[in-house]
Amino acid sequence: MPIALYRIDDRLIHGQVVVGWGQPLELRFIVLVDDEVAGSEWEQELYRMGVPPEMSVYFHGVDDAVPRLAEYERMPEPGIVLTGNIATMQRLVAGAMGQVRAVNVGGVHHAPGRIGRLRYLFLTPAEEEGLREISAAGVDVTAQDVPTAKPVPLADILSATTST
Amino acid sequence: MGSAAIPVRAIVAGHGTFASGIVSAVEQIAGRGDLFATVSNTGLSLDDIQQTLSRALDDSGARVIFTDLPAGSCTMAVRRLLRERPGVLLVTGINLSLLLDFAMHDGDDSLQAAQAALERGRASMTVHGA
Repeated sequence: MPIALYRIDDRLIHGQVVVGWGQPLELRFIVLVDDEVAGSEWEQELYRMGVPPEMSVYFHGVDDAVPRLAEYERMPEPGIVLTGNIATMQRLVAGAMGQVRAVNVGGVHHAPGRIGRLRYLFLTPAEEEGLREISAAGVDVTAQDVPTAKPVPLADILSATTST
Repeated sequence: MGSAAIPVRAIVAGHGTFASGIVSAVEQIAGRGDLFATVSNTGLSLDDIQQTLSRALDDSGARVIFTDLPAGSCTMAVRRLLRERPGVLLVTGINLSLLLDFAMHDGDDSLQAAQAALERGRASMTVHGA
C-alpha cells in the first residue's frame, strides 16, 4: 500500500504532515490534490520548498489526479494523498471508484458557519454531509490529527461538540 | 512583560506555545521579552494564520519574523506574505541562542541583527558525551 494515507487537511503541507506522519510512516512522496494549487506555479514552489529533501511532491487538480492514483499506488515507497477540504476528497473518492479505502480527517479549522466537533475539526452542515457521503461509498472515515492520537470514527465526530 | 513603550522588533511564530515559551525564556534570561510579538498556529486554518501574522506585522512595524519549523504552517503562511511584503525577513528553525543574540543587539538594524543571530544560533548546537 504505497499510499499510506488519504488526508483532508486545510493546512495542506505542514509540520504534522511532514514530520508527524511523514517520519513514522517513512513517507517519500506527497500527492497534493487541489485545483487552485495545481494552477499556480508559485504555490507549487512554495510547497515544494517546505518538504525535506527525501520527499517528492506531485501536484494535481482532482480530474487530473483520479486516473493517476493507480500509478501512485504502485510506487515503491509509501506516500500520502492530501486535499485541503472535504469537497475535494469527496470528488476524488467518487472518481477513484473503490480505490480509496480509508480517509483521514486531519484538520479543518474554525471558519464562519462551521460547528466545532473536535479541537482541530470544525464542519458546516454541507461538510458533514460530504463526510457521510464518503463513508456511504464504503470508505472508512476517521478523524486523527497526529499518529499518536486515537482515530475518532465518523459517528463520534458528528456527535461530538467542542466549546472552542 | 516588563516596562511599557518598547517597540516590538520581531515576531515569533510557531506551533503550540513555542513562541510564547521561547520568548518567556528570553525574558527570564535577558529581560527583553517585550522586543517580540508572538503568534501561535493552534486552532487556526492557514488563511487565519496568515491574517494573524499580517496583522502582527502591521501592528508592530516589525520587519523580522522568526518561526520554528521549515515546513510548519506559520512558515508557509509567512512565505506567502513575503510575496506582497518586500523588506520583511523570515528566519526559520530558530533556537534560544539565536533569539537571545537578536534581543541583545537591539541597537542594530533588525535585519542585520537577525542575520548575525543566525550564526550564533547555528553555532550553539553542540554535542557532549557519548
